[in-house]
Amino acid sequence: MTDSAYEPYYVPHSSKLPIFASIGIFLTVFGIGHILNDLSAGVDSAFGMVTLILGGLVMGLTLFFWFSKVIEENYKQLYSNQMNRSYVWGMSWFIFSEVMFFAAFFGALFYVRVFVVDWIGGVGDRGPSGMLWPNYEPHWPLLNTPDPERFPGASGVIPAMGLPLVNTLLLVTSSFTVSFAHHAIKEGNRKRIIQWLTVTVTLGLIFLFVQGYEYVHAYNDLGLTLGSGIYGTTFFMLTGFHGAHVTLGTFMLLIMLFRALKGHFTDDNCFGFEAAAWYWHFVDVVWIALFIFVYVLGG
Amino acid sequence: MITEHPHDSHGPDKGLMRWVVTTNHKDIGTLYLWFSFLMFLTGGVMALIIRSELFQPGLQLVQPESFNQMTTMHGLIMVFGAVMPAFVGLANWLIPMMVGAPDMAMPRMNNFSFWILPFAFGLLLSSLFMEGGAPNFGWTFYAPLSTDFGPPSTTFFIFGVHMMGISSIMGSINIIVTILNLRAPGMTLMKMPLFVWTWLITAYLLIAVMPVLAGVVTMMLMDIHFNTAFFSAGGGGDPVLFQHIFWFFGHPEVYIMILPAFGVVSAIIPTFARKRLFGYESMVYATSSIAFLSFIVWAHHMFTVGIPIAGELYFMYATMLIAVPTGVKVFNWVATMWQGSMTFETPMLFAIAFVVLFTIGGLSGLMLSIVPADFQYHDTYFVVAHFHYVLVPGSVFSVMAAVYYWLPKWTGNMYDEALGKTHFWLSFIGINITFFPQHFSGLAGMPRRIPDYALQFADFNMISSCGAFLFGFSQLLFLFIIIKTIRGGEKATEQVWEGAHGLEWTLPSPAPYHTFATPPSDLNDAHG
Repeated sequence: MTDSAYEPYYVPHSSKLPIFASIGIFLTVFGIGHILNDLSAGVDSAFGMVTLILGGLVMGLTLFFWFSKVIEENYKQLYSNQMNRSYVWGMSWFIFSEVMFFAAFFGALFYVRVFVVDWIGGVGDRGPSGMLWPNYEPHWPLLNTPDPERFPGASGVIPAMGLPLVNTLLLVTSSFTVSFAHHAIKEGNRKRIIQWLTVTVTLGLIFLFVQGYEYVHAYNDLGLTLGSGIYGTTFFMLTGFHGAHVTLGTFMLLIMLFRALKGHFTDDNCFGFEAAAWYWHFVDVVWIALFIFVYVLGG
Repeated sequence: MITEHPHDSHGPDKGLMRWVVTTNHKDIGTLYLWFSFLMFLTGGVMALIIRSELFQPGLQLVQPESFNQMTTMHGLIMVFGAVMPAFVGLANWLIPMMVGAPDMAMPRMNNFSFWILPFAFGLLLSSLFMEGGAPNFGWTFYAPLSTDFGPPSTTFFIFGVHMMGISSIMGSINIIVTILNLRAPGMTLMKMPLFVWTWLITAYLLIAVMPVLAGVVTMMLMDIHFNTAFFSAGGGGDPVLFQHIFWFFGHPEVYIMILPAFGVVSAIIPTFARKRLFGYESMVYATSSIAFLSFIVWAHHMFTVGIPIAGELYFMYATMLIAVPTGVKVFNWVATMWQGSMTFETPMLFAIAFVVLFTIGGLSGLMLSIVPADFQYHDTYFVVAHFHYVLVPGSVFSVMAAVYYWLPKWTGNMYDEALGKTHFWLSFIGINITFFPQHFSGLAGMPRRIPDYALQFADFNMISSCGAFLFGFSQLLFLFIIIKTIRGGEKATEQVWEGAHGLEWTLPSPAPYHTFATPPSDLNDAHG
């Protein structure tokens, strides 16, 4: 950017979108909170669900109009290169925040595996803790918990070299196909963009289906559940949050597919797509970490 | 409506809706600052309830259950509702003006970041009226006290924290992007005012640790409602795991609350000493070092929980290292004043008090970092005295200094100097009467978070309570001064202060609704 050729930075007018987004978030979490408290207290009430649905609607519509507005402003050429860099930075830092969210759960897994499982068994200089549960054997994966009455344990874990390996191949392949779609945008080949995006979205959906199948198997056949002890806890929370992110990423790419069908994206104006693709790569990297630490080394 | 001309100047909307729909960084900064002040008074009332109960031994005013709710809510509201939003408000007002940007990088998201907060704190405060009462496990919400034994409102507390986290992360992304991408041409990183530097690093810390806080409250939520075993040893988890994850967030969090204060003080002292800031570059490196160290010292909050001796030693030495960059900063502030032609307007008084009293808080922190000593001090009033010294005459004083310093730029009017100085002295005396005796009661063994105590602590507690009321009611004078300044007063010049440097002082007072629609060419010696 040179001083003489300064492009104005677009500062939008006042907007009603953010306040609706705030209301949407509030109703959503208020609804979920009521549902959870009612569930735990054994109360039957529709209030939570109604609030949640209302909040979800407000949030969904607001986001739809918000993104529409940004796309519209972009196509009116209100955005300078500097503005586009703001979006690039913004998405990058958002992904960094997501990395840190997963870091908390990976940290919990490592801490439990490396320290807690042994310490509960009285290993090291913490002898007395071994007297609390004399039948407890330190072992990972932890299938026999110290207190089986509250945390019943599981009869087995998901082996890495079965469905998880399939899922790894699916996600890694999808990272390539989304890149092919990006190349197609750079070449201006619309047919290819649509083809590769369709393939990517399909791979994401198959991944989610396989993951769901694996969960059903774990719950029904292995007794491996959220409440079965720390192995089930870390397993389902890590893979579950990853699955939620795959769902979001698939949804983002699906929107990009619709946009591509509408004729959006040129080689120098495709940040919406790039942001979704970055998110997809991030989800892929998290999966590889999961595959190594939860399935291969943890199973 | 979208206009075809991005640079046409649109004024504020009419009426109260202006504040709901605004995308203007100055409006949003004002919203943040007023919200913060409201929360400061709310949390302050809770503090006065606590101090009233502790005025004498025995239970006279509140039941232990309500007392615990008060300490919990006081901490949460002051940390997340008063101090953090105050600094975000200052960042909103000042960073675009200091770096020569037309607004924040993402103005609509900026509004979103703010308006989440009233909902989040509405949710948190509403828990006071829920069945089972508000959260009562302290602002650190240690498991299993908060998971197995917390009230039903804990669920809403968790979602409130989630909302605050979303707000902070979006606000921080906005600040980082503004600083990295919207600086005026020629404003290199090493020409930025130190307030901008400290906020750049603070925003980085926020984006790094708020997701970890979200993670730990999510684990709580799952432990409460889905029988997961994160914090239950019976399932193979560990309550200590909670403390590790919480403090991995919590320690950077305390620097989040002090780094912008360093930036404020580094702006004010050079102005009233009429000298350049001593050691600008070392200030930048010291701030970065403090931020780095903040990630690797968290377990010094947990010395008594039973971590291995190697861990205790490592965290002790790493913690002590923080004194080095902090010492560099204090040295630089003092060196800036050395042989300066100083005057003592209200912002300067608050800034000098900051340097002295924050240093006291820092030194008591150094005492707490010594493992065997901490075994004695842990969970006593000494800890309470320590962190209140860094947070009240530290963070809060710096916010007050900033308000006096930039209020003429915001409102166009000078505040009443005599009233400002009165406010300073009342606050300064009040704060020291409140918290200094707590060092002694803590060293004598008085535990924190209790509604009743042994007779031997009676005198110090009575003094402390008197100071708290003096400090608390002095803030009404602060409110009066601010309102009086908004309504009128001696007109401020562009530069406002004789010794002030930086881009914001090249703008008219009050600063127009839109500033630097095109970047300035003269940087006006940006960092003084």
